[in-house]
Amino acid sequence: MPAKNVDEITAEILDLASKSFRVPRAELAPGDDFFKKLGIDSLQALDLLTQLERHFGIELPDYELQGVSDFRTLAERILARVG
Amino acid sequence: MNEYTGETLSWHRAGAIVEVTLHRRPLNEIGRATLVDLEKLVVTLDARKDDVAAVVFSSAIEAGFCAGADLRELYHSMKGLDAESRQSGVRDFLERIHRVLNSLDALPAVTIAAVHGICFGGGLELALVSDILIADRTARFCFPELRLGLVPGFGGIPRLKRDLGNRLVRDLLLTGRSINAQKALEAGLVNQLVAEGQAPRVARLTAEQAAKFDRETARAAKRFAKPIPYAELRQEIELFCELFARPVVEDALRKFVEDSGALPYLP
Repeated sequence: MPAKNVDEITAEILDLASKSFRVPRAELAPGDDFFKKLGIDSLQALDLLTQLERHFGIELPDYELQGVSDFRTLAERILARVG
Repeated sequence: MNEYTGETLSWHRAGAIVEVTLHRRPLNEIGRATLVDLEKLVVTLDARKDDVAAVVFSSAIEAGFCAGADLRELYHSMKGLDAESRQSGVRDFLERIHRVLNSLDALPAVTIAAVHGICFGGGLELALVSDILIADRTARFCFPELRLGLVPGFGGIPRLKRDLGNRLVRDLLLTGRSINAQKALEAGLVNQLVAEGQAPRVARLTAEQAAKFDRETARAAKRFAKPIPYAELRQEIELFCELFARPVVEDALRKFVEDSGALPYLP
């Protein structure tokens, strides 16, 4: 199976976030601030992290999320782990 | 003994099984009120030790098992005190919480923690006294204490070292990162991984299984299989008190308490 690219990973994150936090998929864009767009706090962000780790079968240490607030940068961090 | 509802937790006994439920909002932060309830639990369990075969701990709070020590209470209790008074106050609390957790660790009954969501700091230390840890897929485990200029103070390092390899202990401690339930299962921290919301049910079934065995044999097996690291636990109290007196701790606690941003739980 070919390796995923950052656009594919971003799309999967948006699908998962839309479903988990009940925000219409059409309202989510790669450059959005996920804290604001999903209306989540740090505890819910950890829940999102758990779901992403399970979905992509990776470990993503939370310190790699420091300063990350948009879906696309999050996808880049995940890509570096899926690699 | 059969039922108790306190400010921070409740318990009830059904046959030989006691179920303890943490229910203090926002996320079962462990402060003086929880300490008092846990002390009552220990006294009660000790008085009825011949009647109790298993104890299950779980949380009624949706976000998780326990977010750890009550840092707001800790910060407000230390404000305006000189270094010596701060150390004395925190030592008193640590001595009491250690007595409680050591008693639960060495309880003759089989103890089972049913964990979901956040299980951080003092919450992980509470879970670590259990004989068996059952987690659902939402669980995350973390020792974030170094962010505050501290080490875990409720027996976390000695108990995690007892149960797991020191390498994972160092990873969790020195990076402050959280790990998910799958990783915790692979590392041996979690005994059984179950679907979301199923940990209390599975823990209850596990308690019923454990309660079937001859009590005296089970107690002897537990004593043999689970040494209590008393010397290291004492060292931990000393180390914590030594670190606690430094200004960096007050600064970090103030930052946490006054932070109304979205990220206080992210290391």
